[in-house]
Amino acid sequence: MAGEVVLLDFWPSMFAMRVRIALAEKGIRYESKEEDLSNKSPLLLEMNPINKQIPVLIHNGKPVCESLIIVQYIDEVWNDKSPLLPSDPYQRAQARFWADFVDNKVSGAAKKVWSTKGEEQEAGKKEFLEALKTMEGELGDKPYFGGETFGYVDLSFITFYSWFHAYEVLGNINIEAECPKIITWAKRCMQKEAVAKTLPDQKKVYEFVVQLRKMFVSE
Amino acid sequence: MAELKLFRTWSSPFALRVVWALNLKGIQYDTIFEDLSNKSSLLLQYNPIYKKVPVLVHNGKPLVESLLILEYIDETWKQTPLLPEDPSERATARFWAKFGDDKVMLSVWNVFIKQGKDQEEAIVTAQENLGFIERQLSGKKFFNGETIGFVDLAFGWLANLLSIWEEICGVTLIDHEKFPMLSEWIQNFAGAPIIKESWPPRDKLITKNQALLEVYTSKEAPK
Repeated sequence: MAGEVVLLDFWPSMFAMRVRIALAEKGIRYESKEEDLSNKSPLLLEMNPINKQIPVLIHNGKPVCESLIIVQYIDEVWNDKSPLLPSDPYQRAQARFWADFVDNKVSGAAKKVWSTKGEEQEAGKKEFLEALKTMEGELGDKPYFGGETFGYVDLSFITFYSWFHAYEVLGNINIEAECPKIITWAKRCMQKEAVAKTLPDQKKVYEFVVQLRKMFVSE
Repeated sequence: MAELKLFRTWSSPFALRVVWALNLKGIQYDTIFEDLSNKSSLLLQYNPIYKKVPVLVHNGKPLVESLLILEYIDETWKQTPLLPEDPSERATARFWAKFGDDKVMLSVWNVFIKQGKDQEEAIVTAQENLGFIERQLSGKKFFNGETIGFVDLAFGWLANLLSIWEEICGVTLIDHEKFPMLSEWIQNFAGAPIIKESWPPRDKLITKNQALLEVYTSKEAPK
């Protein structure tokens, strides 16, 4: 179970953050190698030749790619503490569904909010807020998506919170006004050490996104 | 016996994955065929977010998204396992299934709806993706080894839909020389009894896909 764990990482990536939270929750020691995505390392290209993307978890020399697949892998290998997925198959299916929803609906729309302008951005904002409202509906009155405890869906979604300030400024939206329960939930998650220590400061992310936006939008 | 219902269409390759999984495991279930131009209220109730097939309803509880349904089936009925036991191999299987759905399917579809230079570029991309899959097979009978598994079911559409598109458009994407392993996998997979007995009727598929391709090709054509 133990052995060498290396994470090919990128500090603002909400996908890499998911893996860092999972590793922290399980108390796993690992080495983080920060990638320069404009100059990808030979190791990254060797470990993920298909997508050439981070995060990549390298465990005893073998790579695991795709953030949600990595998190499930971590949960299955280090299965002696802090389970991330529920044990009941139906609840597991539900958890996987909602994490996928974050990837399918929240993520794409969120990207439009910071990387486009004009009509395309307006459409993106609408999509993003609708997706957040759907998540809010799923959360209901539960403290976490996982129920009483922080779990797989919470982990998959909370990392986007570090980008909220960037979405709000660049998209001119007020997420708390539109989805107050999501903000309450996010702040609750931030009380957890694994989350608080992993998520970068929202202002730092905003500065990064402002630079990144220049590659997509001429203003 | 537990109550199991599968909502599907006669042609959906995603629903077919679930049919195969249930049949491979010898599980009894009822089938409800949907008309997607007139979705039943039950379907909309069970899958309010995506409103799509397949939906598997087990004891009244709905499951959606074909690959997630396959994982649920595998975890609930342990005979004829679809995913390997080793976590590293499981992660690899999940990766390839996701790669198939996220990248391969669209890149292959693009070959058949685009024309001229766009089509040439689409062929390069599709064959690059297929090359990755070819290497992943590396001498195995199935992606899962000696028996059909999760990744084989995920790529099942390659074993029949692709040849239908190739026939309609007169373009060969998987030729035996460039993709010997994939070609053999297609034979092995398509010929397996459980798989073969569930194929939708080929002539109906040709008619349907001909119409679909016409619609999408005209959308892609330069205006």
